[in-house]
Amino acid sequence: MTAADLLYSDTERELAAALADLLAERAAPDDVLARTEKTETYDTELWRAVAADIGLAGLLIPEPLGGAGASYRELAAAAEQFGASVAPIPYLGSAAVATAALLSAVKAGSPAAADLLRRMADATVTVALAVEFPARTGGRRPAAVRVAGTQPGDGAGITRLRGTVKSVADALPAEVLLVPAEGVPYCLYLVEGTAPGLHRTPLVSLDMTRQLCEVSLDGTPARQLAIGDAAAEAVDAGLTAGAVVIAAEQLGLAQRCLDMTVAYVKERRQFARPVGSFQALKHRLADLWTTITMARAASRYAASCLASGDPDAPVAVALAKSACCDAAVTAAQECVQLHGGIGFTWEHPAHLYLKRAKVSSIAFGTPGEHRAALANLVNLPAP
Amino acid sequence: MSDTVSTEAELRERVLEFLDQRDPATTPRGDFLNARFDAGLAVVHYPVGHGGLGLRRSLQAVVTGEFAKAGAPELGPFRNVIGLGMAAPTIIAFGTEEQKSRWLRPLWLAEEIWCQLFSEPGAGSDLAGLGTRAVRDGDGWVVTGQKVWTSLAHQARWGLLLARTDPDVPKHAGLTYFGCDMTAPGVEVRPLRQLTGEAEFNEVFLTEVRIPDTDRIGEVGAGWRVAQTTLMNERVSIGNARSAPREESAIGFAAAAWRRHPERRTPGLHQRLLQLWADAEVARLAGERLRQQIAAGEPGPEGSAAKLTYARLNQEISAFEVELAGADGLLYDDWTMRRATGGGYARGTGFRYLRSRGNSIEGGTSEILRNIIAERVLGLPAEPRADKDVPWKDVPR
Repeated sequence: MTAADLLYSDTERELAAALADLLAERAAPDDVLARTEKTETYDTELWRAVAADIGLAGLLIPEPLGGAGASYRELAAAAEQFGASVAPIPYLGSAAVATAALLSAVKAGSPAAADLLRRMADATVTVALAVEFPARTGGRRPAAVRVAGTQPGDGAGITRLRGTVKSVADALPAEVLLVPAEGVPYCLYLVEGTAPGLHRTPLVSLDMTRQLCEVSLDGTPARQLAIGDAAAEAVDAGLTAGAVVIAAEQLGLAQRCLDMTVAYVKERRQFARPVGSFQALKHRLADLWTTITMARAASRYAASCLASGDPDAPVAVALAKSACCDAAVTAAQECVQLHGGIGFTWEHPAHLYLKRAKVSSIAFGTPGEHRAALANLVNLPAP
Repeated sequence: MSDTVSTEAELRERVLEFLDQRDPATTPRGDFLNARFDAGLAVVHYPVGHGGLGLRRSLQAVVTGEFAKAGAPELGPFRNVIGLGMAAPTIIAFGTEEQKSRWLRPLWLAEEIWCQLFSEPGAGSDLAGLGTRAVRDGDGWVVTGQKVWTSLAHQARWGLLLARTDPDVPKHAGLTYFGCDMTAPGVEVRPLRQLTGEAEFNEVFLTEVRIPDTDRIGEVGAGWRVAQTTLMNERVSIGNARSAPREESAIGFAAAAWRRHPERRTPGLHQRLLQLWADAEVARLAGERLRQQIAAGEPGPEGSAAKLTYARLNQEISAFEVELAGADGLLYDDWTMRRATGGGYARGTGFRYLRSRGNSIEGGTSEILRNIIAERVLGLPAEPRADKDVPWKDVPR
């Protein structure tokens, strides 16, 4: 149960260091803040550098499909850096969620999924799974899209889809969407970003560093990737990957909030002494450090369990998602509070972390939902 | 048998050779354990010649595992928890060769139990302000003062004593560390009854106790630095003693009660239980991660986080348990004054609730621990201090 290696490997440390350098240069707080006020809220050039040059796009993809054949451990280590910088790139949707869904579909024998993964591995295309951001593994299955038959002249294997998915993350910069749709049976479809009848409406989002959009399909042509149980498993795999990777991201975010706050309270002087010398602040920061120390173990455990296919993975996911999200929200809130007035301004990056932390805590299932899932997993039945 | 051991395989081989030569079933227990000490297979990270092989700490698991498999005599390490957890690391770090030879073997064999004479009625969190005096007298010292919260003092042969040898310098600079013979004239041990009704601890009165200078550990005036080693080891050992399976800690009692009593379940309690279970399991994983760090030779400050978290969780979980127990939770097994016998956590919800209140006080209060984390881990500035650079005797008290 805990044979899992909870430390960081050398490879993971090296990947994290390379990303930290790149992000410090290309996703400094001022860059990220400025980007939130542009029309193009995703930084596609930075994403290209991360995806292609560092190779993040193909990290989870096996070598035979052109990827790096790494695991969730490396991806989680990378995610910590993306959380630390709140970088506006669609890595989560493409390199984690969509990739996991497609890998699951490949396992169920989908050649189309394998083809798409090959195109993702070298960062030629970016893909997103069209589900509502709060959807959780094992939760109510999103059923916003339905099969709408075929139209005259449609080639073999083309199905038309109709429906709307609210609040999809990382779909705006995606060239391809994976769309789960209710039909008989439930299926997972591939929709090209340029397909007729597909509309992506950007939403004014609480977290503008990961802008959501509404995806609507109006008789949009789609190709089937997985069918029935295989489709449901693919979607669940995507949501599970999303929960674990976003947990790691939240951990990185929490650590950065702590670091920023500690640096600030050492500098900021009131009453003729650094405010960080007051116990009222020191104790809050010590508690936050403790919370993050706990969350780190949970995050590492979940990444390890997913990497090794450990049967304890469902428990590990629930623990990591709840612990890391609670830690991140606390850290971001403490960051605002302990910065005092400056922390409440637009110019200071604290709010970027606060918004990212809160939204991410709800994504792929709230901490409360994940803890509730433990009831069945560890035999603590509800009344 | 090769002279040096550097790998896990070589160590395992050495243990197996040792076992080949001494059948645990037929070798008398004392002979077996003494031979094990002589072979450096008592605690492998102890120095060569003093029960160890100077290896890294993580390799001890190999030795423990092989001896257990062979059915070798058990040591009962919990009998001498302070000896093994605090005295031994301190003696190894600061003791003379003579002291190591004199103390480590009987300590490891639990023939001589150790206790810790640190806290005083007037010096709890501010340990460095303690007032027990040790005055030079020829080739020894004469010690007078009062110590408190001394577990095992009534069974101990030796005490780790921190005493003031120079009141004319600031508080940290005037302390010296001793091994105190608990059988020496002038040492009086009285049970200290605590709110659970039992006496787990003692008060120790020291009245003109004579300690030979050869029992001083570390330099005169270096007591604070020596004590840091002891305290660091105490926090590690209180925070997490070993790799624990899921639900072995306090949460196991709560989860078992939940499963046993469907009729007591409410939605509110369910929410709390899931939160506590998740927190406890994450804390267990953090303990596991800390052990892996130590094994990899990268010990971090995470032991402090473990101690803070276990204290909080033990308290919250045991409070939850009392509520879950309903009418049964309003009873207590026995208020009769008695010596703690260990294993008290099996006594019931009331005991667990009361005893856990001490978890955030013993071994450094949670508040002091937060100061330590803030200052040593996060590097935050110290609180201005009224007793800094003031000779101890002039500090207002």
